[in-house]
Amino acid sequence: MTDASLPNGGAKSRHGSLTSVDARTKKRNTAEKRFRAYGVVAIATGILFLMVLLYAIITSGAGAFQQTFIKVPVYLDPAKLDKKGERNIDDIKKVSTFGYNPLIQNAVLKAVEDAGIETPLKKSKDMKALISASAAAQVRSSVIENPALIGQTVDFKFLASSRVDGYLKDRVKREDLARDKNIDAEHLDIVDGLMEAGVLKKTFNPAFIFGADASESRAEQAGIGVSMIGSFFMMLVVLFLALPIGVAASIYLEEFAPKNRWTDLIEVNISNLAAVPSIVFGILGLAVFIQFIHLPQSAPLVGGLVLTLMTLPTIIISTRASLKSVPPSIRDAALGVGASKMQSVFHHVLPLAAPGILTGTIIGLAQALGETAPLLLIGMVGYIASNAPDGIASGLLDPNSAMPAQIYEWAKRADPAYYERAWGGIIILLIFLVTMNTLAVFLRRRFERRW
Amino acid sequence: MSVKLTASALAIAAVAATSAAARDQVQVAGSSTVLPYASIVAEAFGENFDFPTPVVESGGSSAGLKRFCQGVGTEHTDVANASRKIREKEIKACAENGVTEIIEVRIGYDGIVFASQYEGPAYNAFTQSDIFNALAPKVMVDGKLVDNPHKKWSDFNSDLPSEDILAFIPGTKHGTREVFEEKVVAAGCEATGAMEAMIAGGMSEDDAEDACLAVMSDGRAVDIDGDYTETLASIDANANGIGVFGLAFYENNTDKLKVATMAGVEPTTETISTGEYPVSRPLFFYVKKAHIGVIPGLKEYAEFFVADEIAGPDGPLAEYGLVSDPALVETQDAIADEKIMGGDS
Repeated sequence: MTDASLPNGGAKSRHGSLTSVDARTKKRNTAEKRFRAYGVVAIATGILFLMVLLYAIITSGAGAFQQTFIKVPVYLDPAKLDKKGERNIDDIKKVSTFGYNPLIQNAVLKAVEDAGIETPLKKSKDMKALISASAAAQVRSSVIENPALIGQTVDFKFLASSRVDGYLKDRVKREDLARDKNIDAEHLDIVDGLMEAGVLKKTFNPAFIFGADASESRAEQAGIGVSMIGSFFMMLVVLFLALPIGVAASIYLEEFAPKNRWTDLIEVNISNLAAVPSIVFGILGLAVFIQFIHLPQSAPLVGGLVLTLMTLPTIIISTRASLKSVPPSIRDAALGVGASKMQSVFHHVLPLAAPGILTGTIIGLAQALGETAPLLLIGMVGYIASNAPDGIASGLLDPNSAMPAQIYEWAKRADPAYYERAWGGIIILLIFLVTMNTLAVFLRRRFERRW
Repeated sequence: MSVKLTASALAIAAVAATSAAARDQVQVAGSSTVLPYASIVAEAFGENFDFPTPVVESGGSSAGLKRFCQGVGTEHTDVANASRKIREKEIKACAENGVTEIIEVRIGYDGIVFASQYEGPAYNAFTQSDIFNALAPKVMVDGKLVDNPHKKWSDFNSDLPSEDILAFIPGTKHGTREVFEEKVVAAGCEATGAMEAMIAGGMSEDDAEDACLAVMSDGRAVDIDGDYTETLASIDANANGIGVFGLAFYENNTDKLKVATMAGVEPTTETISTGEYPVSRPLFFYVKKAHIGVIPGLKEYAEFFVADEIAGPDGPLAEYGLVSDPALVETQDAIADEKIMGGDS
């Protein structure tokens, strides 16, 4: 019957010779070539985008690691700093940073004169635009630390103002200066002169990596260090909560739990939780941890708890996968020689699954480290991370920021110097992420066992 | 495992409890417009006093005042920054939670400017009527109130460039929007006679005032819910657009932006402090009197904020863009006397 239903069946042979390629095969071969070409194009586009991205990040952010400094000798005038002359620390403290500004401006003016720079700016007040506002605090704190310095001439290395720094980094252009009330062309002439005289130098700036954030008028002083500590404490919370809870949950689900409707429901929910947008965890954290439990706002503890919720599904899923990949023969052998179920899990299965668990955890942590959205809602953005915590309790509970939140914060600020710092922060964050992911890959390669 | 977890949860709770009891730094929250100023002051305060640097957070005027009004006690904030005056409703909410004594501090004025791309068309001069004519849904043409027919700026003012109307204005959640509506759109509504025409057309005065604040929603007025950086990015991408900025932001980005005069007055700190430049608003912070003496450094922080060397015309706040308050001395006295709002004391 089937034969009859085939019209023209076998009337013409479809098979050509082996040596010549027929049209259909040709078509299939070109289709394959085309598909390969698509693949190459896709990968090339990916690499191109990555290159563009990396180029943009590095060119925009590299400048943040360098900062302009001015080195000048400052005469610490006793008539201004300690009027009574008793070197009483309380009297010295009464002179605010505003009392120190004239001394510093005088010192810079003197350096300009010593360098033989011709300039119409002859008043010491004119030098204000060159120096960071942080200079006065720097001098004041060293005087309070060592009152014996009063009356001496001491060398100080000050941060240059963000405009001067921007000029040396080609961010501030001479042609735009007419409208800029922060700095004039005459100032830039001085900067050029001081550069030549070696008073002004652009050097590596460790304070960007280790320092605290600064207010908007002092972009040159800001660093990512304190928010790095904030991120560190958050990761600590995530590690100490998510790892034990996640591993315990997966061991129970994988090894002990009966297969019934309830465990099925839990499994489905864990998979769904992994796909929940992170902002949802943020609003949950706001409602539960801050508004209901009354934990402090902006605290890394709360950030850590929120990120724990976000990381748990990732850790549970990867832990279950690595537990599953341990062959049943290992369990059977352990049980066969008389080990209890728990002994077989903790003595045999868990050690073998450990590399997979660690990899999953590190990737989960890396994901949590770069997360910003939930932090927006619990007040870790819009906060000036200027106090380094002293101790673990304060590290967990005192308001702080986190690295990605700090970057977001910098990108919002008015001074263009902060924009550069935001890119610089991204470089540091990327270094952390790449290191963590490399560690995960290394652990997997080094310890993973295949059967 | 569960025992250990409970133990660690208890430990966390214990740590939380101890830290809540002892707080030695001032906590500030509120307006993102005031944040830069407050952080400049907090930084200088930390440098000059033995008290720890105050903690400054943003989140908006309303959110800051809400937290401020949640109650008295070290777990609540001490100071709320606001880019507008506290509302009657908020004072009531405060009082319900026991926050009855509030010290109001006006720190100075903030100018709101109109700026466009530096290389863009010549938007050099606006009046409130121009903005109203460009953005309002109903405008006066030949003495009649009609649906806005204008497509280009030059359609109603031949001095303005022949460019499509496009304005980036602050979103409704911003305090700046209120100032924009009241001082620019509503002022233009009155000046062009549109308001009179609305009342003549049978509208009650209140309804006409409300109708005057409206802007068109056909895409020519774009609400920016983010901050000024976002407005700047939109201006960068649209040569014919104008944007609304704070004076401080404009002064930090003069290489990209060109400012327009309003009613013939150029926005500078001088013209704003004399009141010549019409679009400005006072900035405030509010101090919880019950916390003075409990939180170390709170009164000193408030006094330091409005001290001449900080908030005066030559201080760092004015340098950043704040227009200093000519009546600063009165404010200083009010803080020294801990004078509360609405009270006789």
